[in-house]
Amino acid sequence: MLQFDHVSRDFVTPSGAPYRALDDISLTIDAGAFVAIVGPSGCGKSTLLNIAAGLLSPTSGRVRVGGADLEGLNRRATYMFQQDALLPWKNVRENVALGLTLAAVARADAHARADAWLARVGLTAFAAHYPAQLSGGMRKRVTMAQNWIIDRGLMLMDEPFSALDVHTRQRMESELLDLWEGSERKTVLFVTHDLEEAIALADEVVILSAGPGSRIVARHPVPLGRPRDLMELRTDTAFVDLYRAIWAVLREEVVRSQRG
Amino acid sequence: MTTWQIVVGLVALASWQALVALKILDPFFVSRPTDIARRVATWIASGTLWPHLVVTLEEALLGLVAGAALGIGLGFALARSPVAAAVFDPYIKMLNAIPRVVLAPLFLLWFGLGIWSKVALAVTLVFFVMFFSTYQGVRDASQVLIDNVRMLGATERQLVRHVLVPSALTWIFSSLHTSLGFAMVGAVVGEYLGSTRGLGYVISQAEGTFDTTGVFAGMTILGIVVVVVSAGVTRLERWLLRWKRDER
Repeated sequence: MLQFDHVSRDFVTPSGAPYRALDDISLTIDAGAFVAIVGPSGCGKSTLLNIAAGLLSPTSGRVRVGGADLEGLNRRATYMFQQDALLPWKNVRENVALGLTLAAVARADAHARADAWLARVGLTAFAAHYPAQLSGGMRKRVTMAQNWIIDRGLMLMDEPFSALDVHTRQRMESELLDLWEGSERKTVLFVTHDLEEAIALADEVVILSAGPGSRIVARHPVPLGRPRDLMELRTDTAFVDLYRAIWAVLREEVVRSQRG
Repeated sequence: MTTWQIVVGLVALASWQALVALKILDPFFVSRPTDIARRVATWIASGTLWPHLVVTLEEALLGLVAGAALGIGLGFALARSPVAAAVFDPYIKMLNAIPRVVLAPLFLLWFGLGIWSKVALAVTLVFFVMFFSTYQGVRDASQVLIDNVRMLGATERQLVRHVLVPSALTWIFSSLHTSLGFAMVGAVVGEYLGSTRGLGYVISQAEGTFDTTGVFAGMTILGIVVVVVSAGVTRLERWLLRWKRDER
């Protein structure tokens, strides 16, 4: 579904010096897989996601989506950003319907489908509210509905829940998994710095090295069954063993990033 | 709030009146509030005010609409095209530095004594305010919102409509209040320097006969008109920016 082929990306720092963010990343993500990318902060995780989205182009290497080279924006992907990306001047229903509105779906139809999604994420009563009137968790639910409604095969997520408090965050993770496990499996590329979140959600955890010049250090499958109960999972021995094994690898990178 | 606004106004007027009554200020130079109020009332009652007021409002409104349209349009265009913005930047700054009083006689020459020379003057004042704030407002639009809407499938035109215009609207409205005053200034200064109608003409006639009461009465009417129109703009703004009301 998504393939990075020897992808590197350089930036120019404000002082004019070149900075290599990603170095020779090759990674294939199968259709329907939920892959988490973890790494210390500043390791170029978001850069990788932006390249997959087509918002950034690689300095060298290629990205393939469904077998075809990616040019311009990735029209088969949705992107859930770390920051709030809801339009503050549109109410909840209009925000959820936005992707349909942009695709010129008739207003009544778009709003009806948005209402169905609002019911699924439990926000029917807030359809006429503006984003500023919602809590952080509610805004994330609206964002999920906004992305899911346009029904694309690939979902890119950049630490979508990192700004939430720990309980809200666990709830949002559960809701995300319920949505994903409960529908036709979309391909997910989920970036996080939180290993626990990565293991809890994903089929595979990919570890990036500390920057500059981040590369893939290890790929670790997560052989936990589905559907998963996130409330119980974290104390499960299989989960704890996995965490220990992957953390042993990630730890070195985190230490390295703190020294550098 | 309104109570305090009225209190401030009354105190200022009462002190003015008192200073004149106590002969500290000479009414020949500063008139007095009661005389000015009487003069305004006479003008309204006799109907001599209306034709002048209508002309001034017409000029200011045309200047405001044309100046805002040009300023917003060019502000958008240049904000979306960094190269063009860099090319035009020194020229825009240069033109903005021209004192409008210097332009007024030129406009009289080019567009005649009628309303168009006044409209042109108002346009030169309004344009730059609207241009700079629109440019800033568009450049200020959040990159995440732009990226998100593009990922959701927006074309360039939809991006402008759904993100850039609403995002710039806050800036545009805040400068619209300033522009409103500037449009009146443009119209009145134009009339003052050469015309046969309008509030500026009335004020200039009064000055020609050392009639300070007439000058102050003209200024009073100008002020009242701006406050009333500005309140209308505020209502429109509240409605268009209603999503902001509950923002914390």
